Amino acid sequence: MARPPVSEEELVARYGPHLNEAPPGGWDAGVTPDRVVNTHCCFCGQQCGIKLKALDNAVVGFEPWYEFPFNEGKLCPKGVKRYLQGNHPDRLLHPLERDSAASGGFRPVSWDHALDRVVGEVRRIQATHGNDAVAMLSGVSLTNEKSYLIGKFARLALQTANLDYNGRYCMVSAGTGNKKALGIDRASNPWSDIPLADVVWVAGSNVAETFPITTSYVWRARDRGARLIVQDPRVVPLARTADLFLGVRPGTDSALFGAVLHQLIRHDWLDHAFIDAHTVDFEHAAAAVTEMTSQWASDITGVPASRIEQAAEWWGTASTGMLLHARGIEQQTKGVDNVLSAINLGLATGKFGKPGCGVTTITGQGNGQGGREHGHKCDQLPGNRDITNPDHRAYIASVWGCDEAEIPGRGIPAQEIIEAIHAGQIKGLISICFNPAVSAPDSNFTAEALGRLEFYAAIDFFLSESGHHADIVLPGSLHEEDEGTSTSGEGRIIKINPAVTPPGEARRDWEILIDLAERLGRGKYFAYTSTREMFEELRIASAGGTADYSGATWERIETEMGLFWPIPGEGHPGTPRLFEGGRFYHPDGKARFHGVAFRESAEVVDDEYPIWLTTGRVVSQYLSGTQTRRIAGLVDQYPEPLCEMHPRLAERLGVTEGDRVTVRSRRGEMTLPAHVVTTIRPDTVFIPYHWPGARSANQLTNRAVDPASKMPEFKVAAVRVTTAGGRTSTTDARDLDLTEGRE
Amino acid sequence: MRYTTDDAPIFVIDQSRCIGCEACVQACMECGTHRGRSLIHLEHVDRASTTQTAPMVCMHCEDPTCAQVCPADAIKQTEGGIVQSALKPRCIGCSNCVIACPFGVPKYMAELDQMMKCDMCTDRTSEGLKPMCASVCPSQALWYGTIDEYNDTRRGALLRDFFFGRQEVRTKVYTVVDDLSAGPLDVMGDGQRSWLDDPFGLDEAAP
Repeated sequence: MARPPVSEEELVARYGPHLNEAPPGGWDAGVTPDRVVNTHCCFCGQQCGIKLKALDNAVVGFEPWYEFPFNEGKLCPKGVKRYLQGNHPDRLLHPLERDSAASGGFRPVSWDHALDRVVGEVRRIQATHGNDAVAMLSGVSLTNEKSYLIGKFARLALQTANLDYNGRYCMVSAGTGNKKALGIDRASNPWSDIPLADVVWVAGSNVAETFPITTSYVWRARDRGARLIVQDPRVVPLARTADLFLGVRPGTDSALFGAVLHQLIRHDWLDHAFIDAHTVDFEHAAAAVTEMTSQWASDITGVPASRIEQAAEWWGTASTGMLLHARGIEQQTKGVDNVLSAINLGLATGKFGKPGCGVTTITGQGNGQGGREHGHKCDQLPGNRDITNPDHRAYIASVWGCDEAEIPGRGIPAQEIIEAIHAGQIKGLISICFNPAVSAPDSNFTAEALGRLEFYAAIDFFLSESGHHADIVLPGSLHEEDEGTSTSGEGRIIKINPAVTPPGEARRDWEILIDLAERLGRGKYFAYTSTREMFEELRIASAGGTADYSGATWERIETEMGLFWPIPGEGHPGTPRLFEGGRFYHPDGKARFHGVAFRESAEVVDDEYPIWLTTGRVVSQYLSGTQTRRIAGLVDQYPEPLCEMHPRLAERLGVTEGDRVTVRSRRGEMTLPAHVVTTIRPDTVFIPYHWPGARSANQLTNRAVDPASKMPEFKVAAVRVTTAGGRTSTTDARDLDLTEGRE
Repeated sequence: MRYTTDDAPIFVIDQSRCIGCEACVQACMECGTHRGRSLIHLEHVDRASTTQTAPMVCMHCEDPTCAQVCPADAIKQTEGGIVQSALKPRCIGCSNCVIACPFGVPKYMAELDQMMKCDMCTDRTSEGLKPMCASVCPSQALWYGTIDEYNDTRRGALLRDFFFGRQEVRTKVYTVVDDLSAGPLDVMGDGQRSWLDDPFGLDEAAP
């Protein structure tokens, strides 16, 4: 049973997180780099360009990359400090095997031993329980090449259907909605369209903290006179100066969008020519909102009716507009409904396929866009192909040189994999670039599930909290240790260049997977000697698919500072803006309206759990924090989770700033300091989720998923809050450091 | 892209765009000569009621108060008007400058026994590069470029004359205001956006 071998304290003492504070040799070393590498930030979906400075085999600093057009040198604090993940004392340097007698719970073993153990256990489990009893969980901080490789590795080497990826917790509601309505899962526009919009509507996206560079695009629009509408349960930093703020109650976004469509119809702020020529099913969408008056929506969302009407007027009468949405509306059991009802607003007013017009998700993870296109989603094959479509299967089989029957069918999505592990149906797991112990909902359940595995192998560069459960840990590679491409939230394919090679006995992720495939007797399908060879195969595999990369070459990607897919064929210029001329990607070329009825979230407040909980991120941390909780400057900025609450709620609870409070849901409870601010709805508390164990907000969240996208409801849960006694100083420790000077 | 002396680039702070991310503070530490010390500030104005934050680089006064009050004559200006950190051999660590600066910029670094402050990244700007903070600032609340670039791409009037009591201070760094005659922008002020006094419509919604 894959339970942590020793106590959490012992694991943390040996494997961290410890804090890396300064570049190699210290701040005063005054090193001169021997090379500067143009690459990208390893964190969010914006994939900002950055120059990494390296000396010998160490990254020693960074320099802004002013020429890269997306960010022109701009970086958030995570980007500034990202180089400190290198030369880190916590870096895994050897393969490890669980050994509760060893210091820290793991003993170093040889690669041969580690890989043979993995292969032996996979074979044993599959022989007894069937191939699908071994699952693989992957992540989209990985390059396109590795994402492609993992899709192929799981299907042809592990021969399991059960592969899924951590975008299931991130962008998948947007992807599902986009495919249903528009026939393609990609951002509708390059970000250069944002400054051309007369109305910018940001719905459920804390842009300033999670996509900081996008703020500058919004301001470029405002400098031209654009209006900004922000829809969020909190007055997030971008909202502070917005022209209109829609402070929605968590889980009610589709009611608000529906009421806006009601207003658009009522006032005839519609683009009839566009609707007639380029869409179908408008009448279904219209019928669904007949009763959705602004007063009805106000009662549900808590947004004053006058503001809903104002938003509708601005959106409906502006000649250009961009609606940007993210996890706030997507991480719900109605995530797809919310996305579809947002898209309805774009279609109704003809705001697609023109400069400054679009409705788009802001993809969260580094390669969230590219990673999901090339086959490590449970239902997809490369090029955004459908694993259940016989033609698609036959084509990919021809590229892979296998029999079509060798490609397994559709697997189950990530949350169902965790449920199946808990239920004992899946016995073995290989994970890479995914830390469900922190990022999955209902973390007590997740830990219980991981503990029930018969065998678990984790490929990690730092020992993640999920890795605590592993029988074998295989030391893989950091972003700056491998070469490949990723695809940013804009749909722009960019080039990731290596600055260093993996330290110690750590290996590049793809080398580990190829070695495993070889030992599983499936090496003939994995005869790669470089990631470039994988990209060349990916080009062919994606050709003719929706996500067609066939015209992209590494050389063109670098020379042209990125290429926007689809790029069907050599010499194609790429497609920065989708849907030009009103051409959508369904076979008939038309977009689909969807009738969206409002329904409540899976869990609603009641007398026992009377307060809404919503979760999210802070600017200094990234996702489950495996990297960012190990960088001193970032940890100083926001060291531990705080429970944001409005003074009205705080007063009712008898709580003041810094008081410790216990937050309970039907799944679990946690105790943390209160942060009393007027910038959140009085009926809602907010907790960021980047931390493990007792500090994990996901102890409280709900495993219920969206029926179509299988996205869990991270953004809405019902909780009870009580005082816990005691206080914590919420003073920023760095203020003291700054005046005293850092040692 | 590099600026020449003839371009006469200016530094502009627009507090209304600040998102409080601290990229500037983190990046300041990374400037070659700063060696892990951030020489700028970022403050929450009043987090209980607003996410408004205030990034503060040195304003580089034309006649700097910090230099006026220095008993050791340790604070010098470059020809380009950049007010530098205290000269190490002269600085006596008295913190007169820290107390006197009307903008709260200089920092006394105890372990060095020396005052250090924002030097507009001399090693970068002298080579025509942007300072680190303005290079990375995601919202471009901290901005560096020519007057023409500013006028072509940004809105808001530029202000660099301040009164502190009867002391008039003219700075090299500009701040952005809506209306020059109205004085500095009141970042806590109301009236600009009707929703701001009641973001969640609590009063409107009351029965």
